[in-house]
Amino acid sequence: MSVTPLPPIHGYLVVSTLLFAIGLVGVFARRNAIAVLLGIELMLNAASLNFVAFWRYRGGGQMEGQVFVVAIITVAAAEAAIALAIILNVYRRFKTVNVDQINLLKG
Amino acid sequence: MPGILEILLTPGLNELVLIPGLPLLAFLVIAAFMLRRSEGAAPLVLITALAGSLVLSIRALSFAGRQRAFTTAFTWLSSGHVTLEVGVLIDGLSSVMLVVVCLVSLLIQVYSIGYMRGEIGYGRYFAYMSLFSGSMLGLVISDNIVQTYIFWELVGICSYLLIGFWYRRPAAAAAAKKAFVVTRFGDLGFLTAVLILSFQRHGRLGWHSMFGFVPLEHFVNAGMLSSGVVTAVALLIFSGAVGKSAQFPLHIWLPDAMEGPTPVSALIHAATMVAAGVYLVARTYFFFAAAPVALFVVALIGVMTAFLAASMGVAENDIKRVLAYSTISQLGLMMLALGVGGYAAGAFHLTTHAFFKALLFLTAGSVIHAAHTNDIWQMGGLGRRMPITAITCLIGAFALAGVFPFSGFWSKDEILSAVWFSHIPGHMIIFMVALTGVALTAFYMFRLWFLTFTGAPRTEHAAGAHESPPVMTLPLLILAALSAGSGWLKAHVPWTTGGMAEIVRFGDTQERASTLVVGLALAAAVAGIALAWAAYRAHLIAPAAFHARFPWIYRLLKNAWYLNRGWEIFATRVVIAGSSVAAWFDRHVVNGMVDGVAWLSGWTGRRLRTMQTGQAQFYALILILGLIAGLVVLFSRDQSLFHLVAHRP
Repeated sequence: MSVTPLPPIHGYLVVSTLLFAIGLVGVFARRNAIAVLLGIELMLNAASLNFVAFWRYRGGGQMEGQVFVVAIITVAAAEAAIALAIILNVYRRFKTVNVDQINLLKG
Repeated sequence: MPGILEILLTPGLNELVLIPGLPLLAFLVIAAFMLRRSEGAAPLVLITALAGSLVLSIRALSFAGRQRAFTTAFTWLSSGHVTLEVGVLIDGLSSVMLVVVCLVSLLIQVYSIGYMRGEIGYGRYFAYMSLFSGSMLGLVISDNIVQTYIFWELVGICSYLLIGFWYRRPAAAAAAKKAFVVTRFGDLGFLTAVLILSFQRHGRLGWHSMFGFVPLEHFVNAGMLSSGVVTAVALLIFSGAVGKSAQFPLHIWLPDAMEGPTPVSALIHAATMVAAGVYLVARTYFFFAAAPVALFVVALIGVMTAFLAASMGVAENDIKRVLAYSTISQLGLMMLALGVGGYAAGAFHLTTHAFFKALLFLTAGSVIHAAHTNDIWQMGGLGRRMPITAITCLIGAFALAGVFPFSGFWSKDEILSAVWFSHIPGHMIIFMVALTGVALTAFYMFRLWFLTFTGAPRTEHAAGAHESPPVMTLPLLILAALSAGSGWLKAHVPWTTGGMAEIVRFGDTQERASTLVVGLALAAAVAGIALAWAAYRAHLIAPAAFHARFPWIYRLLKNAWYLNRGWEIFATRVVIAGSSVAAWFDRHVVNGMVDGVAWLSGWTGRRLRTMQTGQAQFYALILILGLIAGLVVLFSRDQSLFHLVAHRP
């Protein structure tokens, strides 16, 4: 089995940072609640990428990094289900999923 | 090491607290169970309580007669540097006063059974009377000035309630209000004195002992209070006494206070509560002894009051108001005595006055009860119809006028001697004015007696009058015996080993007597009586001719020197003007500040509420920005955190 040299870690970190930033902007800037949810998913995936990259570059071996990622994917799935249920109820109540118009807490 | 006998004979705190405690307990019992009844056991409850207090007071007196003073206290409340105590102080002065208050109150309650029978508010009357008796005894027995002030206000409120007892009568309601408001002028001074004392700090001695009379006396005598403070406190305490004891110029409430039931006038507005002012000055005499200016003011106010009030009594036709002016005048004499250093003389006159003035008021009540009027010109010839009342009233009149050997003679003589031998400036002028007051007193008192009891009845009611029931005449007879005989206290106070001057004394004041003073005092009294006899009994002089010749004197006296009018102008002009300034300040500055605080909070809130957009995204953004800002601050302040991140082991 030939050992291919690993590309530098920076590439993975840059991609993960971009993913996280895109997700953050989505969460803050998008008006559609589903888009906000997508942003959150992106941020979770950025974190997963970091876990895998650092796990690999520290020499592999034990599986903590990968286990975390599996856990994150599971949690993200559950979270998406709950969030979509909430969004569905919000839509029934407000007839919109535009988060700008859902401002009952306005002082 | 005290012997077992001495311990047994020493009155304890528990027992002494019962002296005011029993009547206060009676108040609770009557107020709880007997308020609505128009007759029944209410007076018996009170009389039983007072009899118990009297026995305990006599025990206290017999103890004080042997020892110098006895004081005990427990802490009531303590906050920071201020510790307030509740305690009792038994010495000659307080124990004599306790016995006098209990005895007079007891007799007046017996009399009230007859006088108040069938009145609406019978239970209420005895409830108030119980509260008053307990408060008065608490005032007398108090060992510190704060406790004295509390009871001082309590007797004040009882006085208000009892003057306005017939509150449906507008005159009674107005008189009650007047008494309350006028005495407040003086009480303000007293309260200020208490506050000044509470701000006197004495290093390691602390504040807590600054209210007790005994420690205060030590402080004053040791010169630990500056003379300015001592003089100010003395004058302020005296202003309280001026209000309570109806001294010039705050005397105007007392004649109006006669709107209350007559036994109330006898107990509160003659024998005991109005004497509280004199008692207070005597109790805090160490302040006055250290402040000659204050003593001089006391003497001056005293003699002015004695003379002015006596002159007002001359032109008064209401039997109770004559006696009220007489009370003011006699209280003035007591103040004069204290002012010239006659400590024992003042206390002695207080005691004899309590007996004979209570007697005079009760006889007046008996007369009013029979003749259904207060006006002495609508009486006449009552002597034959009411012999006991007439004779006892005559004894009281002799005692008041100061005729040998009745009690007033002995005490008044001591006061005049004290003035005669004093060293205050102008003491001869003061003596002559006081002597004139004595002559006027004898004159108006016998004018009253002759017009009421001699001659022919001038109205049908007077003609149909009959003697009061025994429950009313018995107290009269006992008080008459006390009025006639209490001059004996000069030589010997019962249950003690000495005369008045040895039991009640301040420092080493020596009593001196002069035949000349005795002669002058007697001559003044006899001259007054003779003039009254000539004008109103023998008709040798026509008072009408005097009125015609000197109408302005008559008008001046009739209108009580226009002092009521003066106060009215003062109250409506000066006080209202001052109050409107205070009201403006309150409305615009004090209220303005309060409103300003509220407005500022509201304004800030209105500005801040725009932050609450209600948008979860905005909140999350702020959260993230805050986190970033926090991290930036954290990392820029502590460079080592970089290393922690960069070089993980």
